[in-house]
Amino acid sequence: MRALTWHGRHDVRVDTVDDPEILNPRDAIIKVTSTAICGSDLHLYDGYIPTMQAGDILGHEFMGEVVETGPGSTLKKGQRVVVPFTIACGSCYHCGKHQYSACDNGNPADNQDIGQELYGQPMSGLFGYSHLTGGYAGGQAEYVRVPFSDVGPIVVPDGLSDDEVLFLSDILPTGWQAAENADIEPGDTVAVWGCGPVGLFAVQSAFLMGAARVIAIDHFPRRLELARKFGAETINFEESKTYEALMEMTGGIGPDAVIDAVGLEAHGFFVDNVVDQIKKSLFLGTDRTHSIRQAIVACRKGGRVSMPAVYGGIVDKFPLGAFMEKGLTLKTGQTSVQHYMPALLNAIVEGKIDTTFLISHRMALEDAPKGYKMFHDNQNDVTKIVLKPDFAVAAD
Amino acid sequence: MTMVTDDAPATTAKTAEGREAGLAVHDDKHGDQLIGRTVTINRPRAELFAYWRDFANLPRFMDNVERIDTLSSKRTHWVVKAPGGKTVEWDATIIEERDGEYIAWASEVGADVPNSGSIEFKDAGDRGTIVTATIVYDPPAGVIGKVIAKLFQREPAIQARRDLRRFKQLMETGEVATAAWTRKQLEEEKG
Repeated sequence: MRALTWHGRHDVRVDTVDDPEILNPRDAIIKVTSTAICGSDLHLYDGYIPTMQAGDILGHEFMGEVVETGPGSTLKKGQRVVVPFTIACGSCYHCGKHQYSACDNGNPADNQDIGQELYGQPMSGLFGYSHLTGGYAGGQAEYVRVPFSDVGPIVVPDGLSDDEVLFLSDILPTGWQAAENADIEPGDTVAVWGCGPVGLFAVQSAFLMGAARVIAIDHFPRRLELARKFGAETINFEESKTYEALMEMTGGIGPDAVIDAVGLEAHGFFVDNVVDQIKKSLFLGTDRTHSIRQAIVACRKGGRVSMPAVYGGIVDKFPLGAFMEKGLTLKTGQTSVQHYMPALLNAIVEGKIDTTFLISHRMALEDAPKGYKMFHDNQNDVTKIVLKPDFAVAAD
Repeated sequence: MTMVTDDAPATTAKTAEGREAGLAVHDDKHGDQLIGRTVTINRPRAELFAYWRDFANLPRFMDNVERIDTLSSKRTHWVVKAPGGKTVEWDATIIEERDGEYIAWASEVGADVPNSGSIEFKDAGDRGTIVTATIVYDPPAGVIGKVIAKLFQREPAIQARRDLRRFKQLMETGEVATAAWTRKQLEEEKG
């Protein structure tokens, strides 16, 4: 089959690799019909995530048709399914509590060592996202082996297009969980850093959960425009002082809840970011973290901090004093996709959540390396690239 | 006299005194290296005990163990992978057993690698069962020492932790998780 493989920093290629096979009873093989490039794939592309190996197949947002099932799978050949990016067994203590992203068993035993050493306990497996999270082959391919297929994939009802449901795999549940983690109360003002897909879905979700106002922060005009369409007020941090603007826009109180949907590649050109960048190049720290610092400082006293953004390592200059003195609460974590999928699928069917607005480009899988470069270089115009294995390759 | 003033398991001791105290309570010890790992498995105690008590099952999650033959109700024959396609072998006897709770075994005289181990099962309410594996072994020096290092994948504590994770996966999910996507890769993984 053809698959998008990682070979190093800014080096991804479409290679011919072996087709996947059923290896465990609960496996299914999915023929991919749509797969997206995620903002967090750019972390891999830029070489920020350790434990990548040459030849790793990327991609954790995908859907397709069931073509083969193991004896323990509940799926049937021909069904259309969306696959969660978290690989969860459904049988362990954490899955029992619907903490699917904390699944004990989704990550192969030997790979759990890395997480155990780095974080104290190993995390669940993820598709196409380094060996820290299992080393699973991802979905930017023609076919994928999906473990625990009786727990993860959700069957798509007839009449819904791929574009409408594809984002159930990651970014829609991630944006929803981000808003849920902000414990929004009716009448709240919520500030969201980052108007990428997760931030934009967090904006929609926050309103659905009763927020009176959402203030969205970014520096790409097109992304701010999308946030405005969903009813958010906006701050362009290149034009306005973010903290000062937030204070003035909230009557001097600060937002009740803040959501950092930026993460480790925050693009602000501030002194502490530059210092972080130097430290990163000296291997003193891996995460550049301006957005989370700013969110904590801006948040009102007794407020809530939600951090869907991906961080991988250790940070310094974390404003622990502000966090403690103001009595803030922080919630974060990889998304428990399986927990949110059924309700969010309903929300899509009922027209409460719009997903298709996000897609700016559709390309052939063969063109994926071009897509990565385009997404990396132009995040104003490129909001989401969906790859289709059966698309014709575009002429140059 | 050893000085141990806390309740932490001896396998986590920082001091020689603490480690010796741990070895001292281990019956019929077969070495001076003590390792132990605990895992919580979301299955009933009796089921886990029964699976482990049939030693022929253990190679399904112990990567380095090629096979275990049952010689009698108390005796087993272990065939363990070694470098260069070779194997090391020994007979082991169950030296203590409490139904549903505890099994201890030890290699018999003449073993290539003298060792002993135990496995304990304790109820953990709605979390299932707390399983603690303890291994005592005698790491030989020289060429054999290198064989042993390979045998236990560098670090016996890491090997035990990985084996217990696979035991947990098998008991909770019915399978051992793998990131391989072809049979060939899976076979290479198992080595």
